[in-house]
Amino acid sequence: MLETLADQVNSNPALVRRGGAMSASFLIEIGARGFHVSVDRGRITGVEEGPFIMRGWNFAIRAPEAVWEKFWEPFPDPGFQDIFAMNRFGHCVVEGDVDVLMANLRYVKDVLAIPRRKPNSAPKSESGHG
Amino acid sequence: MVELEPIIGRYATLPIEGRDHRIYFEEAGQGTPLVCLHTAGAHASQFRHLMCDPAVTDRFRVLAFDMPWHGKSTPPPGWQDVEYALTSDFYVAAIMAFIEGLELDRPVVMGCSMGGRVVIRLAIEQGRRLGAVIGLEGSDRPAPWYHNSWTEHPDFVNGDFCVGLVSGLCAPQSPDETRWESLWHYYQGGTGVFKGDMHFFRTDSDYTARSGDIDTSACPVYLMTGEYDYSCTPEATIATAGRIPGAEAIIMKEVGHFPMSENPAAFRTYLLPVLDKIAARL
Repeated sequence: MLETLADQVNSNPALVRRGGAMSASFLIEIGARGFHVSVDRGRITGVEEGPFIMRGWNFAIRAPEAVWEKFWEPFPDPGFQDIFAMNRFGHCVVEGDVDVLMANLRYVKDVLAIPRRKPNSAPKSESGHG
Repeated sequence: MVELEPIIGRYATLPIEGRDHRIYFEEAGQGTPLVCLHTAGAHASQFRHLMCDPAVTDRFRVLAFDMPWHGKSTPPPGWQDVEYALTSDFYVAAIMAFIEGLELDRPVVMGCSMGGRVVIRLAIEQGRRLGAVIGLEGSDRPAPWYHNSWTEHPDFVNGDFCVGLVSGLCAPQSPDETRWESLWHYYQGGTGVFKGDMHFFRTDSDYTARSGDIDTSACPVYLMTGEYDYSCTPEATIATAGRIPGAEAIIMKEVGHFPMSENPAAFRTYLLPVLDKIAARL
């Protein structure tokens, strides 16, 4: 699901530029699986899957796998189109140092949207993103 | 000669709460005045598609003004030493100053988001002077979806943050071009203006105690909300309509928080029937 995240971000100059002020790390939790994402001036320098032993991060976004599946649909259902929507309706939890998230909000949202399937693309299991 | 859009922009100085404010407004069309109120931190260009729609402008004179501090309206002299914070009283005074200043007779007032909130108070207090109100993404009380401390964060005055904050409020189905134009308005806002509008939107606009007093036979109330709006949710809109006898709630499919600008084509399919109803009783 996130295997190609670093390549897709790092090969997108506009996105790297947008995140140029961010050097931090965050955790994406997909059900029981944790993914630690390291960012250095907008470039993704590592996506590591847990389990971790006291691995630090600045902020975390946690949701069940079924929620992320909806989030990454080409046209997500209402309430699943954005992490703030999901947070408001209790579908995901955002925790940790939200200052870092706020300071890089558009970049982080764009990074999280990378796995979103394009309209008319094959279902997830055949799309190559899984 | 290139084709000119029918929109005309003008400036006027209006007395608001005892002080002169120079404001910018745009208009197009002829007929019943339809005064449009932009969202927090944005400006009247949000209604530009409506002003170029003959199905609207053939029978409505569409007017939209930039609130003081917004768009091309000038902040009041001395602004440099003031922390802008919009109050409910000032907001109502500004709208009524515009209506009175332009001598608009029983206008329909349509506002979005914070504009969709304030039309409730307008209907409560000024209903007999209005033709109807339309609240887009509107409700009669605040329902914050992020912590109040965020508004004190230094990044809250940053355009990139403002866009990041509201970007998800657009529906995924809205065309890229109009969605990003809607978000551009949030890059354009003056420093601290979006935050100042949040004072009204988050802490000074609970009208629930009085919204049931609206006489919808004198001033019909239509509340139209996009299904993707998690700021003013469809549930909040329906609950508000439930407190106002005679109010009508309309939930718009595949639309978010900025219907008139993020997806004008979808929005008009919901708005035109409402305008038909309003026109039929005028």
